[in-house]
Formats: sequence, C-alpha cells, structure tokens
Amino acid sequence: MDGVIGFFEQLGPNLQILGERMPLIVEGIWVTAQATALGGLLALAISIVFGVAQVAKYSVVRIIARIFVEFFRGTSLVVQLFWLAFVLPQLPYPFGWQLAPLAIGVLALGLNYGAYGAEVVRGSIGSVPKGQYEAISALSLSPVRGMFRIIIPQAWALMIPSLSNLWIQLLKGSAIVSTVLLYDLYFRIEQVRDQTGTWFAFLFALLAYYLIAWVIVILMNALEVRAKHKIGRGPALSKSWGTLFRSPGSVITEGSLFRAPISGGGKA
Amino acid sequence: MNPSWWDWDHAFAVFPLLLEGFKITLLATVLGTLIAVVLGLVVAIIRRIAPGIIRTPVTWVVEFIRMTPLVVQLVFANLVLSPYIDSTLAIGIWVLGIHYTTYMAEVYRAGIDSVAKGQWEAATALSLPQSRTWRAVVIPQAIRNTLPALGNYAISMFKETPFFVVIYIPEMVRVAQTYGGDTFRYTESITLAGLIFLAASYPTSLLIRRLEKKLA
Repeated sequence: MDGVIGFFEQLGPNLQILGERMPLIVEGIWVTAQATALGGLLALAISIVFGVAQVAKYSVVRIIARIFVEFFRGTSLVVQLFWLAFVLPQLPYPFGWQLAPLAIGVLALGLNYGAYGAEVVRGSIGSVPKGQYEAISALSLSPVRGMFRIIIPQAWALMIPSLSNLWIQLLKGSAIVSTVLLYDLYFRIEQVRDQTGTWFAFLFALLAYYLIAWVIVILMNALEVRAKHKIGRGPALSKSWGTLFRSPGSVITEGSLFRAPISGGGKA
Repeated sequence: MNPSWWDWDHAFAVFPLLLEGFKITLLATVLGTLIAVVLGLVVAIIRRIAPGIIRTPVTWVVEFIRMTPLVVQLVFANLVLSPYIDSTLAIGIWVLGIHYTTYMAEVYRAGIDSVAKGQWEAATALSLPQSRTWRAVVIPQAIRNTLPALGNYAISMFKETPFFVVIYIPEMVRVAQTYGGDTFRYTESITLAGLIFLAASYPTSLLIRRLEKKLA
C-alpha cells in the first residue's frame, strides 16, 4: 500500500482514515500552533531585550547580552531541548525541575530563536541611518524617547522580513519536540502512518506545515506593510492587499544583501 | 572532587564517544554544504534563465521544501528510500543538503541581482556567449558577494545536524542521548555535547564576521 502508485490507489480510503483520525490530528496541530505561537512570543521578547541591550550605553550590559546571544546561538536547538528535558531534572536542589513538555518546547524554541532574533534587532537598529540619530539630538529629544519614537519604529520595519523568516524557522524547528514527548502535528502523523502508508501521511504533514507557514508569512507581511506605512514609506494595508501573498523568499533584495549575513535570512 | 551533579568519571567516559559522533557531524556538515553550494547555484541559474515551464515548477518545489520542516523531510525520505539505499547517513546528508539548497539558491539569487547591470551590458557589448558571461563575469562577482551568507548557512547546517536523531544516525547528540539512556546520567553527555558545539561554532562565526567586514 506504499509508493507513489499506492498513494493514488489508496487515496479514497486514506482520506477516510484521515477523517476518522482528524480529532487527534487537530490536537497535534493545536500543540504545534501553541509551541510556535508561545515560542515565537518568547523569542520576540528575548530578541528585543537582548537586541537593544547589545547597543546599550553600559559595556557590562552589552557584554552580558553578547554572551547570552552567543551561548544560545552556539549550542544547538536539539541540545538545548534535551538539556531542559533530561539534564535539568537531574540537577540538585534548588534546580531539578521536571518541566511540562510544552514548557520545555516553548523555552528551547524561544531561547534559541530569540538569540538569533537579537542579532536581527541589533542589526536593524544599526541600519537606521545616522542622520536619524543626529535628528534626535537636534530636536533635543531625550535618548530614551528618541529610541522609542524615532529609531525603533524605523528599525521595526527593517527587521520584520528577517523576523518572519525566523518565525518560520521556529515552526519548522518545532517538529523536533516530539523527541521530548510533546505530541505535536508530526507525532500524530507518525501515528497515522501505519494505516495510511508513508506517502499519504507525510505529504499531508508537509502540506499542513506549509499552510501554517503561510499563515505566518501573511501575518508578517501585513505587519510589515503597516510598519512601513506608519513611517511614511508605503501604502496603507487597505490599498495593498496583494503584497500580503508575497513569498518570503523575495525579501532578500540588493540593498539587504550585506545585512543578510547578520540577519542571515534569519539564521546563523 | 566530584560534586553530586557532575561526575567526572562519566564525563571522561563519554568524551571520546562524543568525538566519534562529532566526526559524523562534521562529515555531514561538509558534504551537506558541498551539495547545497553546488545545487543552490544550479537552482539559482535555472530560476534566472530557464523558460517558464521549467522555472515555475522548480520555484514551487524549492519554496515547498524551504517552508516545511527538515525533521519531517528526514523521516519521510528515510522511510521511502531505506529499501533502496543502505546508508541512513547518506540519506540524511542528501536531505540536509537539499534543504539548504533552497536557502543557498536565495543567497545566490541576491548575489546575481547585485552584479551591476553594466557588467551584463559589457558582456553583450563584447559579444561574449551566454555560458562565458555567466562563468567569467557574473558568477565570480556574485559568489564574492555571497560568501558571508554561505558561511553562515554552513554554520547553521552544522547546528542542525542533531536533527538526525529522528532517523537514529549516531552523530554527536544522538551519541549523548544514547549514553544518557544507557547509564541514566544525562548531565555530562548532553552538557559536553553542547559545549563542543559552542567551541566549534563560535570561532567559525567570528571568522565569518571578519570576512563580512572585509568584503562589505
């Protein structure tokens, strides 16, 4: 019942099995969505805090932020996941926490991709033209006010494409969480596989992940249009619905190529 | 001295095993990068010059691979191919390489776009054949622009080789996990695996940052 031919021969019965198993699969999709959304939020918070800290006035703050970022970027996601799941419970009091699988997944995804995101935030703040900083002092705005009213709105518009790519990376990375007993979409599909055959189950899984990724793309495209409009660099969202469906691959343009290594199209 | 949470005996016992696994990690990174660097260029050129009937499906497939999880692709490919290919490692390396091909193709595309228009015009003015234009004019300039990004993706690939645990390839993290499972001591093996990753990837990323500054 396997192989490409089997895929088409068995399509009808397989769809029926899929229908019967749908409640479990939906549960898996829900877990993946939770891990992706919560992990993404944690990652965003970490990116902003540690991104801004890396350009802070005090070198102590900068150095601590730098160490944090390098540490979580340098040790692989899977290692962090396993460390939280297997090592943390074995540590002595006051540690020795046995976290819930979802908490492990969210923490590992958030810390790892947050560290990458911090680089994106740092790079974007650095890419805001120097004249804008000069304008802050010319208008005698306080540095904090200038940061929040002038620099960050512009940096935000710059960083969204890279953050969007990172969030998709996080979604894709979340497929590993079943190794620490979090029953996500991939885990549920693996359960269905015995009945439907490999091709059907995995093509369905890939398609499901692909569609979730597109939800992220559309959401982030909307955010980008809005951010650009707010700093006067593009049409309002209501006038540019078409741009929502722009593929994330098309964000690396000539101008951002040299920034891309820092933001790395999202990675490294 | 042995504090209760860290046992040096376990650390010394697992370290050589981890280094054995690290060899597989390195091998996968090097071969995966090679695949991605070569195929990525091929894909980027196809997407630039091939007629629409080829370009459109290639674009779709590339985008689909890029936006779906490596983990699922690994398991899928392993299940489908294992009757025909003996080496799980070979399957893993090809999947990793092809997954990163889709990133590299984007990088090359940006690199090709960044070659000044005048260069193309000069090639036409000198009536260079198309193959020569690509080989001698466009690609050398494009690759120079893309080197830092390529390096970053190689590092990122290095850190994604632990995804191989899902198809049980004994790379470093899988070795650490197995050791932990056998001895009920995860602390030393997983911590050391993480530190080895850090020790290998941090200097490399510093190097790439310097390369970036030099080329920019």
